[in-house]
Amino acid sequence: MALLEIEGLHVEVEGKEILKGIDLVIEPGEVHAIMGPNGSGKSTLSYVLSGREGYEVTAGSIRFDGHDLLEMEADERAVAGIFLAFQYPVELPGVSGMTFLKEAVNARRKAAGEGDIDAMAFLKLVRAKAKGLGITDEMLKRAVNVGFSGGEKKRNEILHMAVLEPKLCVLDETDSGLDIDALKVVSDGVNALRDPARSMLVITHYQRLLNHIEPDKVHVLARGRIRRTGGKELALELEQKGYADFVEAA
Amino acid sequence: MTTDTNTLPLVAGEDPAVLAAGAPDWLAALRRAAIARYDAIGLPGPRTEAWKFTGLNAVKALTPVPAEGVPATELPPAVAALDGPRIEIVNGRLSALPAMPTGVEVVALDDPAAAPEWVRAHLGSIASFETHPFTALNTAQLAGGVAVRIARGAMPEAPIVLSVAQAGGGETATIAHPRVLVVVEEGGSADLVTVFQGSGRYIANPVTEIAVAEGARLGHAVLQAEDAEAFHVSMTALKLAEKSTYDGFVLATGSKLARHEVRAELDGEHIEYAINGVYLGADGQHHDITTFIDHARPHGTSHEMVKGVLTGTARGVFQGKILVRPDAQKTDGFQMNRALLLSRDAEVNSKPELEIYADDVKCSHGATVGELEDDELFYLMARGIPRGRARALLVEAYVQEAIALIGRAPVRDAFAAVASEWLDRHVAGVSGSGE
Repeated sequence: MALLEIEGLHVEVEGKEILKGIDLVIEPGEVHAIMGPNGSGKSTLSYVLSGREGYEVTAGSIRFDGHDLLEMEADERAVAGIFLAFQYPVELPGVSGMTFLKEAVNARRKAAGEGDIDAMAFLKLVRAKAKGLGITDEMLKRAVNVGFSGGEKKRNEILHMAVLEPKLCVLDETDSGLDIDALKVVSDGVNALRDPARSMLVITHYQRLLNHIEPDKVHVLARGRIRRTGGKELALELEQKGYADFVEAA
Repeated sequence: MTTDTNTLPLVAGEDPAVLAAGAPDWLAALRRAAIARYDAIGLPGPRTEAWKFTGLNAVKALTPVPAEGVPATELPPAVAALDGPRIEIVNGRLSALPAMPTGVEVVALDDPAAAPEWVRAHLGSIASFETHPFTALNTAQLAGGVAVRIARGAMPEAPIVLSVAQAGGGETATIAHPRVLVVVEEGGSADLVTVFQGSGRYIANPVTEIAVAEGARLGHAVLQAEDAEAFHVSMTALKLAEKSTYDGFVLATGSKLARHEVRAELDGEHIEYAINGVYLGADGQHHDITTFIDHARPHGTSHEMVKGVLTGTARGVFQGKILVRPDAQKTDGFQMNRALLLSRDAEVNSKPELEIYADDVKCSHGATVGELEDDELFYLMARGIPRGRARALLVEAYVQEAIALIGRAPVRDAFAAVASEWLDRHVAGVSGSGE
């Protein structure tokens, strides 16, 4: 059974149609990349999947791991296994990184009928995951994303992903604003999470991220629809030719 | 019909004229002047600018009797756990006075006639009653309370807790006029935690006068946790000398209607003054925080961050005025008032004022009123945290950010615990009421 099935999805934002009929099927363990020019609807797709308010689905359906996703609140989707790595991670003044992650972990445990995680076990878990991403104890104690550099924020997103172990990782322009060193750290972190039971949807404008996170399939999203689907070589082709063909072909 | 004239004296208990008759000259003169002033200005009405957001009709409707008996109150556990001496004022009078650390002197004002020189030098000279009827009333009734002196260079380690409690009535309200004088002498440094509490219906009208001498420091955290049936109108008046520091904070959680007013005269160079605070209002509570900062001399710094959280039909009022006199060059003033409205029926009035007569100063002020940020809420929910819990976490963080401004760690921790406890009762699990 497919992990994610999107059928005929139409989405409006403030009365304007952004997604105009998306069909997409992702099997467990697959990594799909969605590439496209700015304004093509890439981020909209990530928000619709994660349940952000303000995105009105006017037609179509999304099934995720046996759930009708559109009937679920954002927190229920997260607990069911959808994870969005934000393009612009939000700063939470006054909420420490550890408190935030512990709340997220305990929300999952509660849904599974388990008690809160043991404080020592939690610390050990987070430290183990943080180490590979170069995230220090000091960063974990600080308020979430407050005063973090762009690279630190993206690494922090991957830490959340590693700790929460989702079934579907949606990476929204995770490479934006990163230098090559940070890009490698982030990509290594993502690759470490590749698993036959875990799927990924990598949204990006540029091919460079896909040198590090190798996709099984590449889709071109333009003007609200998937215009072409291919293997990883499609990304290379786009890198050379750009999106002109898709933007202009009205 | 309500008028601006004195329709309800609120004068209960001893007749001020009688009181004045038996007092020494200096005190009798002070009381007579105060009652005369009170008679002249009366209680504020709707046309009184300083009180336009805080109506007093409910107070004026009362015919209070003097507070007596034992209030059913207990200090919040986190405050009770503070490791310091505890002075207790009940119904306006000193009721418990433990042994004080070296360098700290406490005298009861029950017999102001016997007051030492340091009391006479300051009592009634810091809190002006010229334009403030409640201060005039308190001064006219001046017969109880305490004076605390931190001697020159003394630095008691543990915070001194001053518990001010009042027994209210059922049908009939009570009234009390607690008076506190704090004098920190040259180079002294202390921390004071004042807690206002009570039970039943009552009007609490406390006045606190604080003098901080050259190079001295006072950390002063006030918890206003009066009964939900109570009216609280308080004045804290400060006079600060050169190179002194005042680190002030107010956490207001109690009362049906409360006004917490703080007036500070920065009468020396290089003074560091802070008056930060948080008010938490639920149901029909009314919180008013009114402050006046008078920068009279150069190189003064003032920091004011006041945050409010309002649910239900609660109302918040912030009035903050900063005056920078011509001589107060190089003043650095920061003022910010934020309010978080968690329900559609909550309301806030914010009136920041800057009045600057010096040309080389740095002053900023601002005010924000709003709901929780959607993108913050979504970020938490996208990690699996349910909406109600996400809201509670964000509100808690918002409040604790202000409480973090309290300088002394044990006091900060105690106030953080008190605020958390309030938020647990009033915000946690309240989901979507503002959506």
